[in-house]
Amino acid sequence: MSWLKCGFAIFLYLLKCTDAVFEDQVGKFDWRQQYVGNVRFAFFDTHSQASKKLLVATEKNIFASLNSRTGELFWRHVDKTGPEGSIDTLLVHGQDAVVVVGNGRLLRCWETNIGGLNWEIVLDTGSFQSAALIGVQDFVKYVAVLKKSAISVHYLSNGHQKWVENLPDSDTVQYQTVYSGGQGEVLVLGLVPNSHIVIISYNIEDGEIMEQTSVEAPWMSSLEESCVVVGAGILLCIDPITLSLYTLPLNSEEKAEMNQILLQSLDLEVAPGFQPVLTATQPHPARPPLTAFFLQLGPEHHILLQLSNGIIATLRDFKPSRLAAFATTGEKTVAGVMTPKNETACSINLFTVDTGRRLLDTTVIYHLDPNGGKPNKLHIQAFLKKDDSVGYRAMVQTEDFALTFLQQPGRVVWSREEALADVVTMEMVDLPLTGTQAELEGEFGKKADGLFAMVLKRLSSQLILLQAWIGHLWKLFYDARKPRSQVKNEVTFETLSRDEFNLQKMMVMVTASGKLFGIDSKSGSILWKHYLENIQPNSAFKLMVQRTTAHFPHPPQCTLLVKDKETGLASLHVFNPIFGKKSQITLPTLPRPVLQSLLLPLMDQDYGKILLLIDDQYKVTAFPSNKNVLQQLQESASSIYFYLVDTSQGRLSGFRLRKDLSTELIWEVVLSPEVQKIVAVKGKRPNEHVHSQGRVMGDRSVLYKYLNPNLLALVTESTDPHQERSFVGIFLIDGVTGRIIHEAVQRKARGPVHFVHSENWVVYEYWNLKARRIEFSVLELFEGTELYNSTVFSSLDRPHPPQVLQQSYIFPSPISTLEATLTEKGITSRHLLVGLPSGAILSLPKMFLDPRRPEQVSDQSREENLIPYAPELPIRTEWFVNYNQTVSRVRGIYTAPSGLESTCLVVAYGLDIYQTRVYPSKQFDVLKDDYDYVLISSVLLGLFFATMISKRLAEVKLLNRAWR
Amino acid sequence: MASSRPTYISLSILSTFILLLWTEFASCNLGRRPNDALDTDFSVLLEHSFEIDDLPRFRRRGSLELRSGREPGVTISQSQLSEEDRNMLKEVAAVDGLYRIRVPRVSLQADRQIEKQTDGYLTAFVRACAMVESHLSDVITLHTDVTGYLIGVSIVTLPGACRGVEVEDEVDLESFNTTLSVMGPVNAPPPETALFIEQIKQEMEKKVKNPQEQKSFFAKYWMYIVPLVLFLMMSGAQDQSGGGAGGGAANGGGR
Repeated sequence: MSWLKCGFAIFLYLLKCTDAVFEDQVGKFDWRQQYVGNVRFAFFDTHSQASKKLLVATEKNIFASLNSRTGELFWRHVDKTGPEGSIDTLLVHGQDAVVVVGNGRLLRCWETNIGGLNWEIVLDTGSFQSAALIGVQDFVKYVAVLKKSAISVHYLSNGHQKWVENLPDSDTVQYQTVYSGGQGEVLVLGLVPNSHIVIISYNIEDGEIMEQTSVEAPWMSSLEESCVVVGAGILLCIDPITLSLYTLPLNSEEKAEMNQILLQSLDLEVAPGFQPVLTATQPHPARPPLTAFFLQLGPEHHILLQLSNGIIATLRDFKPSRLAAFATTGEKTVAGVMTPKNETACSINLFTVDTGRRLLDTTVIYHLDPNGGKPNKLHIQAFLKKDDSVGYRAMVQTEDFALTFLQQPGRVVWSREEALADVVTMEMVDLPLTGTQAELEGEFGKKADGLFAMVLKRLSSQLILLQAWIGHLWKLFYDARKPRSQVKNEVTFETLSRDEFNLQKMMVMVTASGKLFGIDSKSGSILWKHYLENIQPNSAFKLMVQRTTAHFPHPPQCTLLVKDKETGLASLHVFNPIFGKKSQITLPTLPRPVLQSLLLPLMDQDYGKILLLIDDQYKVTAFPSNKNVLQQLQESASSIYFYLVDTSQGRLSGFRLRKDLSTELIWEVVLSPEVQKIVAVKGKRPNEHVHSQGRVMGDRSVLYKYLNPNLLALVTESTDPHQERSFVGIFLIDGVTGRIIHEAVQRKARGPVHFVHSENWVVYEYWNLKARRIEFSVLELFEGTELYNSTVFSSLDRPHPPQVLQQSYIFPSPISTLEATLTEKGITSRHLLVGLPSGAILSLPKMFLDPRRPEQVSDQSREENLIPYAPELPIRTEWFVNYNQTVSRVRGIYTAPSGLESTCLVVAYGLDIYQTRVYPSKQFDVLKDDYDYVLISSVLLGLFFATMISKRLAEVKLLNRAWR
Repeated sequence: MASSRPTYISLSILSTFILLLWTEFASCNLGRRPNDALDTDFSVLLEHSFEIDDLPRFRRRGSLELRSGREPGVTISQSQLSEEDRNMLKEVAAVDGLYRIRVPRVSLQADRQIEKQTDGYLTAFVRACAMVESHLSDVITLHTDVTGYLIGVSIVTLPGACRGVEVEDEVDLESFNTTLSVMGPVNAPPPETALFIEQIKQEMEKKVKNPQEQKSFFAKYWMYIVPLVLFLMMSGAQDQSGGGAGGGAANGGGR
């Protein structure tokens, strides 16, 4: 009976908490952007003239097809992360795209139109070297895959293996290249470094070795880097030491030695210190490569050469030139060359490959983005126009992972910011007020300077208001005359201002490549971007908002701390988060590695929060650092504490700031690294508000929460991986006194541990080794039924340890990330946002993770609205805040409060970026869209008139009675 | 800033000195009870430091007698504060200095004690004024990890606040009134599946035993279902007229 009752209770609760999006709300408050990552291989589909497919394989192990007209994704295949899913090579022929995945683990063939898998086979083990399409009599029929010690040939139609052969002497010879000119043979080129080249010719039909020769090449160290095949099977190599080209015919009988041609004899000069690069093209795999090839002689110097009858002729010298690429359409092959025009622009031109003549009217101007990186790759999509001349579009890839697609005469058709596939950290900043609002703010914000001045100021600001209002009216009138479709709602800097409920914010995103973005949270459009050059690839970033938008006329200010993980040296980038402009503030010099950064709640005279940086000698640098700041720091030095974590030694140490900005060690906790290693340490979010101090229990008494703002949650994992002895440790440590408030171990558990620390609770997730499942555990801390000191919390004066309650649950899915919702005042109930590997984001009510959930239902627990304990946490599809908009590879979820107490802004980032709003307690402070204003106002008016009339009638009646 | 380096040098000298002292101490300890592995006593030096200039200079406060084996426990033996120390403590309290304590990093398991030398110390602090105002009544907790190795020490005074009360009586500052405890990690509870299944089983059994309960579902729970259905119908009607945005009708009270 009671079980069913509690079932009903859950049912009723769930009924209340169904929280899904209505169909007409889809995309109204949320948006998603999909990315692919830095492009490694890109091919334009040249199968047909009208084709608009661009096939890309990226460093994020993604194979995708983009619409070359719009830049949108047609389809995308997300493979495993890490080396297991890395794409080794991409070969495209017709409608087939052949991909080798995971260092030669898998060979796949995709259908490029719809992105369906044609076939997939598992290759024999061995590290991948190279792959090539092989044509026989003008038909491409096979794929050859060269591994370290074997070569295999597969049918392109079904992937079946035609033959596989072990390579002779594979322990001494490094086989690196496979080549086929379309004459029914497969040539495998190997190299014994600084000795000789080995050329093996296989019969395509049965894999029989037809010929095996070796040619002396004592100067060569890598075949792949220095050689290409040009013309009818002539191996062309470059020697950067002697600065000469070597040619070797692969097909002819006498392969005695390589023919040396000195670059000097061709009047060519290599830029000092530059490794010359050869580029050739083979438009059709069943036919031999072209005779023309590019030779790059310097960072800005390319030359188009031709090799015919053993003689190298210069077709055209491009100096200066940044990038060069070949493109083929139909039977015509052209070369696109990008030459710098001036500081901010480059021009791209087309040239024929047989003569080197410039094609008329083929100039495209490419404007360099001053806030972007330099171009590092050029892709040309050539097509035949109606008059049989060659037209083209160009795609420029820059070092900040951006793709720009250009059309003649220089129009940017689309651009993609692939750096956003790797967001590291982000912040949301309030938008500034509109000009008029700011004016009013300014009026009241400034100090009084005389009666007359104040009146004048007031009059002037009211005039400005009037002017703005008239302008607004005029705009309304003007817009009303235009058809609705023409009224644009584009977001620009001019229209950027805070809305009524502060729902629209600026998302400042920091990406791993060092590119910063400012994105409007309402539309998802990128409003500014800034590329930080010279960022080491493994840097750690920390983004801090030093000054919010609230201090007009001081502009908001964000500080990005970039730390090189290897050297520990850090640098600061200070910028305005609304416009992305770099601030002119003088930055402190940081000659020593930075261990910790600390954003104090103290402000300088310009309302900027003070940032403290602690270096490896425990010296403190303040930023900004002026007299006022130093004075404030001196005054409050004794109350500034910070902690350092040394994960390698398992040491946590607490420091106190001294008046002279030196520090002193005041406490130390050491977790032996032989037993457990520290995985993560998290404090609470500084902008978190807790509305209620305690919880009212069933008997009307109050259980007070232990709200220690200095509490740190620390998670460790055991060093011993054995199932019986491994554990996950949870430590709650006071960051000021170093007191261990609570210490718990979850036995037979293992990471990865995700956890959230907020209010008076910690929720963590781990893998249970014994039961082989994901489990959640929640810790809640209470002071008891009486508060020790209700007015102020001090870590130095809380002698009684809190009561700790804990409960665990089974969660039926693995998770990727965990975060809690955050609202303005903390009145709204909390939800946990769980990013699942499936791409869904689950909004799990914190109510389900409550250690006070009773095992036996009692009247008191029912009074408190506690859900009876059930070991398994439910996953309801209505709780997925992103309905079908899956977010691939979720890495983090960011939550920010909005101006509405009920609403929390959520951004999930990973490979994709998804922004939405969540209402954990429903929109209790918002009238519904369909609220019946007419009814309520007519009822009010009706009542008003009824009172008037009845009053009048009553007066008349009274008067009449008086006369009587 | 320049003062920090000499501090560390002096600290290291001090620590080596204490280390020497400590090893001596441990060996004499072993000599006393060589063969009793189950119920071994050994002691750990507890040191404190309170200085006007806030540079830690630790000296002996007492020793912690640890009893490992079957019934692990800890007792403290400490001497009284000397006249000089009392005055010093009061002076430090007057300038809001710190009262620090430290213990060496050791294992509370005596057998491990022999193999591992101490490497470093665990320190904690309270405000000296709190120490004075509480008349030297403090609570010291030693925290260990799963293997019984010390990971942290904490000290609080009762009462903990500094109210600026003058301590007149010198006698109050003579002897420590220490409550000492050792805290190991708590085992976090796994999900309570067994109990839950048990409960469900009991429910089932009850149902089988009690034939009265064998009535049909609707007959038994009509009193819950009818209001629920009515409620749903009403809310559904409201929803249809409303069009439905912003959430289910069940939270209509939210308006």
